[in-house]
Amino acid sequence: MSVLPVTKREPLSTGSEWTFELIEEYDKEISRIAKNFNLSTYPNQIEIISAEQMMDAYASSGMPIGYHHWSYGKHFMETEKNYKRGRMGLAYEIVINSNPCISYLMEENTMIMQALVIAHAAYGHNSFFKNNYLFQQWTSADSIIDYLLFAKNYIRKCEKKYGVETVEDTLDSCHALMNFGVDRYKRPQQISMKKEQNRQKERELYLQSQINELWRTIPNFNQDKTEPKEYRFPQDPQENILYFIEKNAPLLEPWQREIVRIVRKISQYFYPQKQTKIMNEGWATFWHYTILNQMYDEGLLPDGYMIEFLQSHTNVVKQPTFDSPYYSGINPYALGFAMMSDIRRISENPTAEDREWFPEIAGKDWLENLDFAMRNFKDESFISQYLSPKVIREFKLFSITDDDVDSHIEVNAIHNTPGYSRVREILADQNNLGSIEPNLQIYNVDVRGDRSITLRHYQYNRKPLASSLDEVLRHFARLWGFTVRLESVDEKGEVTLVSTCEV
Amino acid sequence: MSRLIDKRINGKNKSAVNRRRFLNRYKKQIKQAVTDAISNRSITDIETGESISIPSRDISEPIIHHGQGGKRQVVHPGNKEFVQGDRIERPKSGQGKGGSGKASNDGEGEDDFVFEISKEEFMDFFFEDMELPNLIKTKLTTIYENKKVRAGFKSDGIPANINVVRSLKNAYARRIALCAPYKKQLKVLEKQLDELLMGPNPSQDLIDDLEKEIKELKHKIAHVPYIDEFDLRYNNHIDLPKPSTQAVMFCVMDVSGSMDQNKKDLAKRFFILLYLFLTRNYEKIELVFISHHTNAKEVTEQEFFYSRETGGTVVSSALRLTHEIITERYPSDDWNIYVAQASDGDNWYDDSPLCRSLINDKIIPLVQYFAYVEITPDNHQSLWYEYEKIAQQNANFAMQQLESSADIYPVLRELFRKKDDVKAVS
Repeated sequence: MSVLPVTKREPLSTGSEWTFELIEEYDKEISRIAKNFNLSTYPNQIEIISAEQMMDAYASSGMPIGYHHWSYGKHFMETEKNYKRGRMGLAYEIVINSNPCISYLMEENTMIMQALVIAHAAYGHNSFFKNNYLFQQWTSADSIIDYLLFAKNYIRKCEKKYGVETVEDTLDSCHALMNFGVDRYKRPQQISMKKEQNRQKERELYLQSQINELWRTIPNFNQDKTEPKEYRFPQDPQENILYFIEKNAPLLEPWQREIVRIVRKISQYFYPQKQTKIMNEGWATFWHYTILNQMYDEGLLPDGYMIEFLQSHTNVVKQPTFDSPYYSGINPYALGFAMMSDIRRISENPTAEDREWFPEIAGKDWLENLDFAMRNFKDESFISQYLSPKVIREFKLFSITDDDVDSHIEVNAIHNTPGYSRVREILADQNNLGSIEPNLQIYNVDVRGDRSITLRHYQYNRKPLASSLDEVLRHFARLWGFTVRLESVDEKGEVTLVSTCEV
Repeated sequence: MSRLIDKRINGKNKSAVNRRRFLNRYKKQIKQAVTDAISNRSITDIETGESISIPSRDISEPIIHHGQGGKRQVVHPGNKEFVQGDRIERPKSGQGKGGSGKASNDGEGEDDFVFEISKEEFMDFFFEDMELPNLIKTKLTTIYENKKVRAGFKSDGIPANINVVRSLKNAYARRIALCAPYKKQLKVLEKQLDELLMGPNPSQDLIDDLEKEIKELKHKIAHVPYIDEFDLRYNNHIDLPKPSTQAVMFCVMDVSGSMDQNKKDLAKRFFILLYLFLTRNYEKIELVFISHHTNAKEVTEQEFFYSRETGGTVVSSALRLTHEIITERYPSDDWNIYVAQASDGDNWYDDSPLCRSLINDKIIPLVQYFAYVEITPDNHQSLWYEYEKIAQQNANFAMQQLESSADIYPVLRELFRKKDDVKAVS
């Protein structure tokens, strides 16, 4: 890679106050540097907001437009309380995966913090949203704002027509199953708001006719002769529970199906973010660090700014140890930043160990290596591909087995030569949504009988489902309209009935 | 190039609807919390927000996830002394090993969900089952109105407030000022023209020039506008706080054994409502608490609501004490006196006629309003019938039987209505 020419220039500013002109000037410089590092981004829309607005944004999990629901009110009140009592600071930024990419800057930030946020969100996250394969496949940045607007208006219309409480009940039930509203392997199609509105009408009519067909009650007199023996519906187990409900629940009104669909679509929109926390934050943190250091080298930032910047950067990438009172799992910023920086190190200054572990990237162009890593992985595969012995040693990672049939917890691997691969493997699995979330499938609907539906939970490491299960099944039953059963399949393939929820 | 947008002007209450939805959904719990809060608060301390806590379990949004158990392999940072194969005692749940982070997800060891409601929301919940008319509710919840008074003039306002005399005066002054230089010049020119005309062989050119100039000046003078925007003056109105006055409120309550805590809580609501009414109307309010059984004594608020005594009931003792305190400390010329009495209707039989004469002859002439509530589901006793006679004779005496808090407002209805009449007259 070409070494960037470093010519010392005057600092852009020295005071802590920001102005619109200054932000524009910083953005211009950051954008230039980002381009030099080959970051490709959506156009940016940077919005200055107040602390209260930031709390609003928090409450709606960062969606710029959200339909109304009490749970957002609850989150808002929680945030508000914590913020007002000084228990937590607000995030410096929120960034939305849309095209143009919207980043919020808080008005209370100092100038250097605004620069950090611009580099982090408007160039770091932005380029990740645009280029990572998961985001490309599962989200459509061009139409998300339109879709959210459609959803909000649609739900508002439903509330007017059917009453707030009725709509709320449906939404509650959908939210309970939100995590099971994603096709994990199919690529969903992209669609714009206009098309969405048109198709919504068609869907409504068509679906209703379909379902009526499916549940026709006229008895079939030739039943005994023609019935196949092992008929199941659906023929293959279905993992996208909300989709199945939307298409097949017998008693839902057309508008309820549309609401199920809306929740499903939003769940799908957030699906990639859940799987790329470490990468996404690591990538953005790496770039704010790299870009601001470049600015400093060019003389654009005064020393005082740099100290403030390094202080917040250090706070962000701090990893408390497992026995610290502040420990709450592995900090995605810390691990992500360490791994991204490590890829650069391996590319630029590989050791013998690195050459052995990473022959394909050691000593090659660091920008290309990082770009490749950012585009083609999610947390799980990123860790199994790139977590180096050096980072494992730095973090002093160790792995434990906590098995309920054993009276003790066992340390099964630590940061030493025999342990590296094991630690890496376990950490990767720990970030695999497939192992974090229970594996639930729709197994069978008793089409000929009482229309009850059977779900199967395929156990992983004998982990049981939490006690909230019964409540979720009640929500499920509300949508389905008939009895819901949950069976658990252990690793030997034995099936046990766990719970039944009758309507 | 990035687009930079200032969104701060867009307003911040995007979450207001969601918040309201939340409050509505958990109305029952919040109302319970408000009721508890009221019984713990002092009467004078009613108008603040409250922090409400609801068990997290009740408001959780359930999702399916793994529970505890099975086999887990977890990577942690910061190893110090462990080596592979070490066996560690399993820590008790809720401490260390990242277990604490998981606990709340598993629905164990949760804290309550605590949040603040504002003063207005608190009052809404407080008023809810009292069935107050909306007008009264707003009256009690809004900060009390100021009186508008005229205060000079200002240079902007609405057309209805234009002060004609002032505006025309200004216009006149402006016209004088603006025309002055022209008029001065005109005078000079006219004088010159006169001299020229009077003098021998006036040159026609010179005269034409002068006449032309004079014409121009007159034109200019004519074009000074008769009235202009900045001549306008508007009547200025400012808010003046209402004249401050003082009131004293006597809370009289039977504390004999038959008044249980429920009845006292109901009575407390009655006192609070009266107190709130008074705070809207008077700058300074003093409270006097008189509790009685067979004897009456002046007590603190704490004792008033929470002490329990036994024994019979002689209501007149309290009335006598009230009268004494009024005459000693609150001369009715300086004080607006309100008496609120709560009892369960028990009284020593012979005492009731005495009560009537005490109220009728001694107390009613001194007070603005006497409100009596009888908290009993049973039949009335002698006191009630005696009081009914008083009510027939006096407009400022109100009485009501309370079975629930919805019955409280009617006692004071007269009070609120009356106030409107007074306002309408003035």
